Amino acid sequence: MTDRSAPIRWTQLAAPSRFYAFAGGVVPWAWAVCLLLAAAGLYVGFAIAPTDFQQGEAYRIIFIHVPAAWMSMLLYLVMAFWAAWGWMLNARMASMYARALAPTGAMFTFIALWTGALWGKPTWGTWWVWDARLTSEFILLMLYLGYIALTEAIDDPRRAANAGALLALVGAVNIPIIYFSVRWWNTLHQGSTISMTAAPKMAHTMLTAMLLLTFSFWAYSFAVAFTRARAIVLEQESDTEWVKALRR
Amino acid sequence: MNWSSLDAFLHMGGYGLYVWGSYGVTLAVMLAEALMVRHRLRATRHAVADELEGGV
Repeated sequence: MTDRSAPIRWTQLAAPSRFYAFAGGVVPWAWAVCLLLAAAGLYVGFAIAPTDFQQGEAYRIIFIHVPAAWMSMLLYLVMAFWAAWGWMLNARMASMYARALAPTGAMFTFIALWTGALWGKPTWGTWWVWDARLTSEFILLMLYLGYIALTEAIDDPRRAANAGALLALVGAVNIPIIYFSVRWWNTLHQGSTISMTAAPKMAHTMLTAMLLLTFSFWAYSFAVAFTRARAIVLEQESDTEWVKALRR
Repeated sequence: MNWSSLDAFLHMGGYGLYVWGSYGVTLAVMLAEALMVRHRLRATRHAVADELEGGV
């Protein structure tokens, strides 16, 4: 092993052995951040944020619905980026990152759809409509599941990564469609709650709770995707010297 | 504090089913995923260790 106290050089994380050791150190911290921010977010969201004058208490679903929907889109973009990187530069570690992110992205997409349905019923009177926002988010779930099925179906990691990258890149078109759907079409779904250019249309405490849970989900994604990536690295590198050295 | 009692908290102004149905399922699937990846990493580690002991 090389000197552990050496400063991190990020380019070295392209080496599976370096990544394995580095990620093993990051995961417990990511869990700690995730739990602390979740506790803070839930406290602000339930104990401090006031009742909404239009929607009553049902609006409190927003504190997980919006963060999950954001993560579903962000993780897809990160996944597509690494898949493309791995494809173009023949970088195996990048392809492994992409595969490690897909199930977590699918999970957040499911949460966004599920909490959306449970929010839609009391506020719109229906669990589901095929409007632009809901349909494009549903397509996102299909893209994640398609990517997972495709990469799992091909035994050769190189070919699996390339086929997956093609699907991930074509599917990336869907992300701006989801994001702008509430502006481009007349949807039952409400417009953006916060935007980069305008003041938030919600109370500060509500926004605080939503952001705390967003960063909690973000830390969760790091913890879970890094753990999965470590397993994938071990699976694909089981014949190499450094994996054998781990056991000595 | 918004809630006068535990009942009021659970009732969520009549939206208890929707609010707790959202939070409950979210917690369940996140917990399930976390346990699944932990199990996958452990199983892979054991498989690698077994292979080395048996193979050489």
